[in-house]
Amino acid sequence: MTMLNPETAEVALDDEILTFLGPDGVLHRETTLGGDLFAMYRDMVLSRRVDTEAIALQRQGELGLWPSMLGQEGAQVGAGRALRSQDIAFPTYREHAVAWCRGVDPVQLLGLFRGTTLGGWNPRENNFNLYTLVIGAQTLHAVGYAMGIVRDGDVGTGDPDRDRAVLVFLGDGALSEGETNEAFVWAAAQNLPIVFFCQNNQWAISAPYSVQSRVPVAQRAQGFGFRGVRVDGNDVVASHAATVDALDRARSGKGPTLIEAITYRRNPHTTSDDDGRYRAAAMTEQWSALDPIVRLRTHLEDSGVDANFFAEVAAEEELLAERVRFGCRALAEPDPASPFLHTFATMPAELERQLAAHLEFVAAGEESSS
Amino acid sequence: MSTAIARALNDGLRSLLAEHEKVMLIGEDVGRLGGVFRVTDGLQQEFGEMRVVDSPLGEAGIVGSAIGLAMAGYRPVCEIQFDGFVFPAMNQIITQLAKYRHRSEGMVSLPVVIRIPFGGGIGAIEHHSESPEAYFAHTAGLRVVCPSSAQEAFDLIRLAVQSEDPVVFLEPKHNYWLKGDVDQHATPLPLGAAKVVRPGHDLTLVTYGALVPTALTVADEAALDGRSVEVIDLRSLSPIDDATILASVERTGRLVVAHEASSTAGLGAEIIARVQDALFYSMAAPGIRVTGYDTPYPASRLERDWLPGVDRMLDAIDRSFAY
Repeated sequence: MTMLNPETAEVALDDEILTFLGPDGVLHRETTLGGDLFAMYRDMVLSRRVDTEAIALQRQGELGLWPSMLGQEGAQVGAGRALRSQDIAFPTYREHAVAWCRGVDPVQLLGLFRGTTLGGWNPRENNFNLYTLVIGAQTLHAVGYAMGIVRDGDVGTGDPDRDRAVLVFLGDGALSEGETNEAFVWAAAQNLPIVFFCQNNQWAISAPYSVQSRVPVAQRAQGFGFRGVRVDGNDVVASHAATVDALDRARSGKGPTLIEAITYRRNPHTTSDDDGRYRAAAMTEQWSALDPIVRLRTHLEDSGVDANFFAEVAAEEELLAERVRFGCRALAEPDPASPFLHTFATMPAELERQLAAHLEFVAAGEESSS
Repeated sequence: MSTAIARALNDGLRSLLAEHEKVMLIGEDVGRLGGVFRVTDGLQQEFGEMRVVDSPLGEAGIVGSAIGLAMAGYRPVCEIQFDGFVFPAMNQIITQLAKYRHRSEGMVSLPVVIRIPFGGGIGAIEHHSESPEAYFAHTAGLRVVCPSSAQEAFDLIRLAVQSEDPVVFLEPKHNYWLKGDVDQHATPLPLGAAKVVRPGHDLTLVTYGALVPTALTVADEAALDGRSVEVIDLRSLSPIDDATILASVERTGRLVVAHEASSTAGLGAEIIARVQDALFYSMAAPGIRVTGYDTPYPASRLERDWLPGVDRMLDAIDRSFAY
């Protein structure tokens, strides 16, 4: 059993951790990914650009807040690309690259942070649930969904188009929530088709991982009775391999897995946070050197990839950035009636009365200001 | 045929399980034991462990997993074993269940029912006699309903499970064994409707759950004093059926609201506020509340006088007529 040193905040990468692609860009294990590495590179670069643009939009006052995922693209793209279309993902609020992999339009991600909506996309369209801001709450929804998959008979049939699993994201802070621990109990007791993907980015706002636990994240799974694996979260290949394996097990009826993807939140918690108050810049710089995109680019370059590929991705990135900037400002202002319309399936009489009064009030305000 | 409330709930749940393959029951001890009040008795035997699920012990897990099941197309009916044990699930109920339709802009509804035996007067130990309804009624997006009779129990559980909205279903545990006739084929009032259970013309007495039979006794007693009391069974605590209440008070001019829950910021305050807003000039007296006090629920040897009973309701009626 591994015990972490409570005096040190950071979780070090060591030999127990599954690694394919090292920080030097060298593949240490065989992978069958081949051409998929190009797609992964593209996904990481483009989703990072969405993140970068969103931060800029917040600085310009276009977004109220943005939780940056900088540095976590390897873990997210690795996990996101391991999903099959029939699988479902339950994100936290920082899974921007997973959303990208699921085909959610990045502009739709911004509405929640611009204040035009509390959701932003149809969770059923891409099997990508709405962001959940209450830490750990989504782990139980994922458990329930997995119970539904079992009852639908979509586990262990051997049909690759039928068997399904749930991939639920959580952070290291969420491990301390009671609901997360209940989710682990339920998943284990019912041997559910679920994979808990914990990005241990080592910080829960200002609290380092040592505040949450004395044992590695993955080791927790043992106590609940299922597999825990540790993977280099800045290694997109390893993150992908571990998630593919865990999802395969889940779909085939072999039960849950907890994946600990060790990574680092290189930006503050959100654009409202000041991480200078609680951590040293040196550590962030150290993790910048372990960047998931740089190492894959190095690998691809060393493999003799045509420079045109990188130029094409860079050009695509610029188009995407422009589309995000424009799309954000073009997001429709919400209808003042919308909260009333969707509180209940059919509007109660009292709410109808309140809606009428509210619309009258809003209209009067518009008249007096025009 | 005379049926107890608990049995009528059992019959209602059985009919739902038989009619809709996506209906599930989930809760602590609901399967093998049939629930501590036997409301789900025999249902696991009949419908199997996949549909009547003995859950791990964790209320957040019960409601949280029910949310996920609903997202996956199921219609889960949760049982929280006692009123005082719902609080670990409040995060899931308030921040997740109640808001999801709104957050998804109407794209996803979560038809989850949360059954909770509630209320006091049964000589129980701490946390087994609570009346938490105001927390739920205060939360936008939840329907809160409460049957008072076997017929209402059968009708309302069926309507609750058929509803697209999440429903907190409060069962008056004091009266689980109260019997009444049930017509399983009668057309029920809608889910959100209140019901005049005794017509009268001098005063309107609004209540719900276990206090409805008490209120009917109060109306009998008041009649001996020559006062005609109209009793309204609220049935739906959220939304509140204002139309039925206002139509009654418009005629009677007097209003008493009774509930076991504490008085401050409770259903009584809400109902009286709505009535005075609409009928201020046609009221002969202000609305009066008869409620539990603003204390923690007391030790059971004190509950008889702490709870609103016949005498306290009659006193309130006297006060109303004294204006």
